[in-house]
Amino acid sequence: MKYVSLVWSNLRRKRLRTGLTVLSIFIAFVLFGLLCTIKEAFTAGVTLAGADRLISRHKVSLIMTLPESYARRMARIPGVASAVHLTWFNGIYQDEPKNFFGSFPVSDPTAYFDLYPEFLLPTEQEEAWLKTRTGAVVGRSLADRFHWKIGDRVPLKSPIWPRAAEEAWEFDIVGIFDGANRATDTSGFYFRYDYFDEARANGKGQVGWFVVRADDPDRADEIARAVDAEFANSPYETKTEPEGAFAQGFVQQIGDIGAILMAILSAVFFTILLIAGNTMAQAVRERTMELGLLKALGFTNGLVLALVLAESCLIATAGGFAGLAVAWLATVGGSPIPSVLPVFFLPAKYVAMGAVLVFALGVVTGILPALEAMRLRIATALRRQG
Amino acid sequence: MHSSVETLVHVENVEKTFRRGSEEIHVLSEMNLEVPTGEFLALMGPSGSGKTTLLNLIGGLDRPTRGSVTIAGDRIDKLPDRQLAAWRARHVGLVFQFYNLLPVLSAERNVELPLLLTHLSKAERREHVKTALDVVGLSHRTRHFPRTLSGGEQQRVGIARAIVTDPTLLLCDEPTGDLDRRSGDEILGLLQALNREHGKTIVMVTHDPHASARATRTLYLDKGRFSAEKPE
Repeated sequence: MKYVSLVWSNLRRKRLRTGLTVLSIFIAFVLFGLLCTIKEAFTAGVTLAGADRLISRHKVSLIMTLPESYARRMARIPGVASAVHLTWFNGIYQDEPKNFFGSFPVSDPTAYFDLYPEFLLPTEQEEAWLKTRTGAVVGRSLADRFHWKIGDRVPLKSPIWPRAAEEAWEFDIVGIFDGANRATDTSGFYFRYDYFDEARANGKGQVGWFVVRADDPDRADEIARAVDAEFANSPYETKTEPEGAFAQGFVQQIGDIGAILMAILSAVFFTILLIAGNTMAQAVRERTMELGLLKALGFTNGLVLALVLAESCLIATAGGFAGLAVAWLATVGGSPIPSVLPVFFLPAKYVAMGAVLVFALGVVTGILPALEAMRLRIATALRRQG
Repeated sequence: MHSSVETLVHVENVEKTFRRGSEEIHVLSEMNLEVPTGEFLALMGPSGSGKTTLLNLIGGLDRPTRGSVTIAGDRIDKLPDRQLAAWRARHVGLVFQFYNLLPVLSAERNVELPLLLTHLSKAERREHVKTALDVVGLSHRTRHFPRTLSGGEQQRVGIARAIVTDPTLLLCDEPTGDLDRRSGDEILGLLQALNREHGKTIVMVTHDPHASARATRTLYLDKGRFSAEKPE
């Protein structure tokens, strides 16, 4: 501890330079935190995918529909515990395109919530949904976004599925579900398929995709092949895959988010490495005589190395942790674009990764100047004045 | 070989060479020196005569190419780097021509630097610093930074730093070289007092006959060897 004030005094020597370096590291770590949040937002579905859940869709494309009757045939395949279908409804609230969110008619509400135990819906609300044909259950974040509460009547329009009566679809909110953890997407709007199919103007009997539960997660691949084999050579062939792979493929329609973010972060950190490394190298070069003096007074090579490394680590720590803190604060309030990124928070694993990066940055930027300081010959260093 | 108790510094057959490219430069040759405890020795000689190199060897700041340097019975040229650093911290006080104070530290914190290597508590360190600054007559400027002190005051801080650990040996490299006559006289008076009143053994490198006159003995160096007379 007695050396801390010596390190601190050295950092204050060129306040502007130290301040700018800290600022550049700060910005890099704010960026790191936000980009990790965005990556998590895109890949939350992949991470949280159930090992026993399979997604079965049209072999050609997700936008092509499948017959509703497939549900019964799937349920008969050995190893399939249940099969529930959903359809992309594309509901828009109050005619405002920005009021868009994920909305889906569900064939079997009870089976669906059994499939997704991370959706926590009170039993009485589930029972109300079964009793109410126009009933809908919504996630907590969606309900909060539009200030909906149970008992509200919500009109939605769908550009894909107009009502036969050319009116807006109307739903009664009968339940609000919470997520089992922060990463659970609670931005969904679920309603009953029977109401949807009866009232839609076209495409009756056609559905978007099936969620199939395998009774043994270890046999998921085998069951996926069995499902596809069941519908092979039919007009509606299927492509069945584990939910994680499906979610991954969905995200990659936009691009390889992970690779893009990694490329940006690599460029940012490489630049910061050069900036902070140059600052430290310059700081050591300017203080050759002083470092020589410390050694002349009896400071060991190891202690001089540690003092220089402590300086670089302190710079990295000040900027890095402040950046991570600001990134975390920026995400605490939730998603700025909930319709696109419903799950929006900085997970603890990225905070931990950021902390490791902070120290790594401190060590990497300081190690060469510190070694230079350590190897300094006293007599040579003391000859340099000014 | 061990020196007698009376002899604090024992330099025997020391040579020091440097390499500059393919050229080998002999800075010190067949150097032999004994400094008794309590002596105030001045080393004089023209630039490049090897005065500072000899001082560095005595202070353990550098190692001889050949020969031995023994201080108070310790063969310091054979000590590993880490032990040599610890030995310097314990036994040597250094005073430089350009003071070599850390500009980011106040006078008292500059003086405290060598004490950071000891096991003294903060309060004990503060007490030692106060005593050292009292000895050099600077107790009223403890919080001042080097840039706000005159050259003479900065050198007093440098001397306080050198004596704060109560070292065995005080090594001064041109301590008045950057000072005007009046400030130089004050510094020399201070060194003389440390020698006479506190029994400090001092080896001082100087160009200045006025400074060497304060010493108890003066030796002349020329081209890396001791010279019987003052070189022209």
